[in-house]
Amino acid sequence: MKKVIISIGIYCSVVFCVNAQTTKPQLKLVEAKKEKTGLRSLKIDEVNLVSSYYTQNGNNSAITSGIGTEKLWDAANSLDLKLSFTEKKLRTNAVVLDGAMDYYSSASSDMIDSRSFSSASMTDLHFYPSIAWIRKDETKRNNVGMSVAYSTEWDYKSYGGNISYSKSSKDNNTELSLKAGAFFDKWMVILPNELRPISYPSGGDDDQNGIAFKNRNSYNASIAVSRVVSKRLQMMLTVEPAFQEGLLSTPFHRVYFTDNTLKVEKLPGQRAKLPMSIRANYFMGDRVIFRTFYRYYVDSWGMTAHTMSAETSVKINSFLSFTPHYRFNSQTAVKYFAAYKKHNLAEEFYTSDYDISGFNSAFWGAGLRIAPLGGIMGNRWWNSLEIRYGHYNRTNGMVSHIISLSTKIK
Amino acid sequence: MRKILSILSLGLMFSSCVSVKEYQKSRINDSEMELANRKVEKFETNFYLYREGAAGANGGKSGGGCGCN
Repeated sequence: MKKVIISIGIYCSVVFCVNAQTTKPQLKLVEAKKEKTGLRSLKIDEVNLVSSYYTQNGNNSAITSGIGTEKLWDAANSLDLKLSFTEKKLRTNAVVLDGAMDYYSSASSDMIDSRSFSSASMTDLHFYPSIAWIRKDETKRNNVGMSVAYSTEWDYKSYGGNISYSKSSKDNNTELSLKAGAFFDKWMVILPNELRPISYPSGGDDDQNGIAFKNRNSYNASIAVSRVVSKRLQMMLTVEPAFQEGLLSTPFHRVYFTDNTLKVEKLPGQRAKLPMSIRANYFMGDRVIFRTFYRYYVDSWGMTAHTMSAETSVKINSFLSFTPHYRFNSQTAVKYFAAYKKHNLAEEFYTSDYDISGFNSAFWGAGLRIAPLGGIMGNRWWNSLEIRYGHYNRTNGMVSHIISLSTKIK
Repeated sequence: MRKILSILSLGLMFSSCVSVKEYQKSRINDSEMELANRKVEKFETNFYLYREGAAGANGGKSGGGCGCN
């Protein structure tokens, strides 16, 4: 409860901080009327704040070879700021600055050193900012963009980026979007205490001299076609092939074999993924919107998955929407998975990570969105506020809850 | 392969749709009709990436830049 209160406190302080900043762009807008193009027309389009609190529990931790607590909580916050300016010939440029961080505790990570008796006390910070630029050309009906991203956590650092291009049809009813990206991660090889060579560092803040680092590179491309089908229906098809290489196993995941031998998880150094999805949104009558999504996934490790979700947004009145949602996921295990003490020593690759095992999962809950025409509590700059709760459960017993709060300032 | 063909044939079906004029798009342009995850779903998408093996094609990441594979 204390963590929730702290999280809400941080959230409120950021909201008021941003409120103070939004008085400046109004002045800039006045200037923009005199000089309609160029950097002098720079303005803040919108600011989005998202906060969430996530908690989970289960008894299949990969760190202890598929047994043991998966207890974890995560308080996450993100702030994105969208700036824009218009060039000549109706070209609009947008720059999105995004900063996000997770502060979490994990009982299972605490068991990297099995001599530890501090239970769920281990905490860490995950920080991941990004900058994106998009140029929209009204005359050519296209968008060009690029972004760079950075991510850091206690055992890895990542640098990434992507480029994107989209083109709309003359009637603006069809759009083709192309995207390509890459992430370059560097992992610190932290081993369970029983499997560390003599004098190998633990990876703790004051014990990293001589520790090994390994790379993980991820490449992805995306092709999407969206189409306005009718006055009430629009759909999008997406194919997003991805390829990963390098250290794809987690070095501190233990695997116990049938004869009680203990080793570190070992997985192939390459993985190709092919997710394909279809999204369809339908506006029924004047008050109800159906948002649906289906994804088929297959990869080179032998996993196939089907994911479907449906959300109904019911407009109770002109400013209040109620949004119940449901999501179902079914996945098969990768061919290298086996439970605790079920692996045979003759196997080349092995894992007891239940996140890549076969299971069904369901996620359901509801949200409430407030977006009055005159702004929230009469503040025109405060565009919308949304709160959403979700409950997640897997057929292998893992259960989690997430509550999110999002607000838009415009 | 059959599933890939089914999705592609849906794509071809798009080309036979009627043209909707800009002034007829009041419902299509509603903020909740956007063909993407909503901002409030941002951290839900992140936890799926950690807790499930399948990822991508949903507007989020398909791997890399996080402690997940």
